Amino acid sequence: MSASIIAENLVKTYGGGKDENAVRALDGLSLTVEEGTVLSLLGPNGSGKTTTVRVLSTLLRPDSGRATVAGIDVLAHPQQVREIIGLSGQYAAVDETLTGWDNLIMFGRLYHLSGRGAKARADELLEKFSLTDAAKRPIKTYSGGMRRRLDLAASLIVKPKVLFLDEPTTGLDPRGRQEMWEVINELVKGGVTLLLTTQYLEEADQLADEIVVIDQGHVIAKGTADSLKKDVGGERLEISVAAEQRSEVRRIVERITQSAATEDAGVHKVSVAAPGGTSTLIETLRELDAAGIHPLDIALKRPSLDDVFLALTGHIAEENLETTANAKPKRGKR
Amino acid sequence: MKDALIITKRQLLQLFRVPEVLIFSTIQPVMFVLLFRYVFGGAINTPGVDYVQLLMPGIFVQTVAFTVAGTALGLAEDMQKGLIDRFRSLPIARSAVVVGRTLGDATLNVVVLVVMAITGLLVGWRPSSSIFEILAGFLLLLIFGYAMSWMGVLVGLSVRDSRVANSVVFLFVFPMTFLSNAFAPTTGMPRPLQYVAEWNPVSTMVAGVRDLFGLEPMFGATANSFPSQNPLVMSLVYIALLMVIFIPLSVRKYKNVSPK
Repeated sequence: MSASIIAENLVKTYGGGKDENAVRALDGLSLTVEEGTVLSLLGPNGSGKTTTVRVLSTLLRPDSGRATVAGIDVLAHPQQVREIIGLSGQYAAVDETLTGWDNLIMFGRLYHLSGRGAKARADELLEKFSLTDAAKRPIKTYSGGMRRRLDLAASLIVKPKVLFLDEPTTGLDPRGRQEMWEVINELVKGGVTLLLTTQYLEEADQLADEIVVIDQGHVIAKGTADSLKKDVGGERLEISVAAEQRSEVRRIVERITQSAATEDAGVHKVSVAAPGGTSTLIETLRELDAAGIHPLDIALKRPSLDDVFLALTGHIAEENLETTANAKPKRGKR
Repeated sequence: MKDALIITKRQLLQLFRVPEVLIFSTIQPVMFVLLFRYVFGGAINTPGVDYVQLLMPGIFVQTVAFTVAGTALGLAEDMQKGLIDRFRSLPIARSAVVVGRTLGDATLNVVVLVVMAITGLLVGWRPSSSIFEILAGFLLLLIFGYAMSWMGVLVGLSVRDSRVANSVVFLFVFPMTFLSNAFAPTTGMPRPLQYVAEWNPVSTMVAGVRDLFGLEPMFGATANSFPSQNPLVMSLVYIALLMVIFIPLSVRKYKNVSPK
C-alpha cells in the first residue's frame, strides 16, 4: 500500500499580511491518505477543511507547503492532477436550469469523452444513483439529496483515482444523509481513494478508515473512530428511573460495565460509561427487566463533535466563537 | 477551444430550457425602441432627418453595451453556486469557461439584434446604405458587444454576490449610454459634458454605426474633435483597448478566483 494523498506543512493565509483581520486558514497542516482508503477530515466550521480540499484539488495555491495526489505534484502539475480527481463540494455545483442529463453530458464532454461516450456514461451514472426517472427534469426541481447525488455523479464521470467530498451531507435531512452514505460506501468498495470532510463524528465513523481532527488550520488528533472515541471517553449509557429504584439500577449497571456510575438526583438519571455500546445496552435492559424495573427512558449517548473538541483542545468548537465575533462571516471557511 | 464551445452550448441550452430569459432580454430593448420612437422622439428636434433613423443605431449600441451586465451576472451566479469551482477542477484550459461565456453572450446578441432590427423596420427605420455596409454595421456592433462582455467577466468574477454585479454594471453602463449622442443631440448638454460625450466610446460607436447605415454625421458632432471626425477609427481603437485590457485581466482573475 502506498500513499495516494500527501500534504506537507500547508500554510494558507487570507486577507494579506498587513491586514490585521488576516485569517490563517491552514497553519502547517500535514496529512497522508493511503491508496484505496477513506480519510475523514473532521472539524468545525472555519477549521480549514474546505481550504485543505481546495488546495489538494488544485483550486487554491497555498502560501507554502507541498502536496501530491497519486504521486503528482499538485503545485507543479495541476492540470495532470485534474485529470485523475473528482471533486464534489458543499454546494451542489451543477447547472440548475439544465436537466440532470444535460449536466452529465456537459461535464462528460468537458472531460473529453466522445459524444457517444458521454451519453453512455450519463445513463450509467443516472442509473447507479437512482436518478433515471428525474434525468430529464431541471435540477431546480430536485430534492436536496437528489442534487447531491447528481453532483457526486458529475465528479465520477471519468472514474477518478482520488475523490474529494467536501461535506457531502451538510444540509441534508436524515434520509438524504443515509442515502448518501450508502452511495459513498458503494464507491469505496470500488477502490477509490477518498478524502471527505465532515462536521459530524458519526459520519466520519460510518465512512472513514481513518479520521483526522483539525482545528484552526492544523491537525490536533488522528486515528480510527474507535481510538478517538476512547480518547473522549466513549459512549455513555443514561437511564432515567423513578427515584426509589435508582440505587438498584446503579448496582446493576456497575456490575455489567465494571465501572462507577453517577446518579443525578435532579433528573432522576443514572449515567455510566458504556464501552460495550449496544451490547451493554441490551444486557442492561435484560437485567432490568429480570429485576422488574421499567426505566422511563434509556439511551446510549455518543460523544458529539463538541465533546471531542472539548476533550482534545479544551475549548468549544470555533463555530460558536465565530457567531459571537461575526465580523468575518464565512471568510475563515475558505 | 472545443471546451469553450461546450460552455457556450450549455448557455444556449439554458435558453431553450428557460426561454423566459431570451424573451426578457429582447423585450427591454424593444420597449426602448417603442418608447423613444413614440414617447420621447416627438420632443427631440432633428431637422432634416427622421428621428427613428438616428435612434435605431443608438439603441443598438446601448443594447450591446449592456452585454457587460449579462456576462457579469451569469458568471457571478455560476460562482455563487460553486459551478466555477467545479469547472476549475476539470482538466480544461483556464480560458475555456470565460471564452465560452463571452461567445454565448455574443450569440445571444445576434438574436437580440435581429429582433430589434425587425422591430425597427416595423416602426419606420430604413437604413439607406448598401447591404454590405449594413452588415458591417452589425458586425461592428457584435464586436463591440463582445469587447464589453470581457469587462463583464472581470466584474462578475470580482463581486461577492450576483446582485452586486447587476448594480455595479448599471451604475457604470447606464450613464455611459445616456451621456452620449445615442438618444439626443449632445449640443443640448453643458460644455464639459459635451466633451465627455464626444469621447465616450458609446458616442463613437453610435456615430460609426450611423455612418455605416448611410446617415450624414450629425447629432452631436459639436467640435471638429478627432472622435467626431473619425468615429469608426475611434470605435475600433476603443474595442481594441477594451480587449487588450480586460481579456488578460479576466483570464488571470479566473485562474485565481475563489468564491467570497
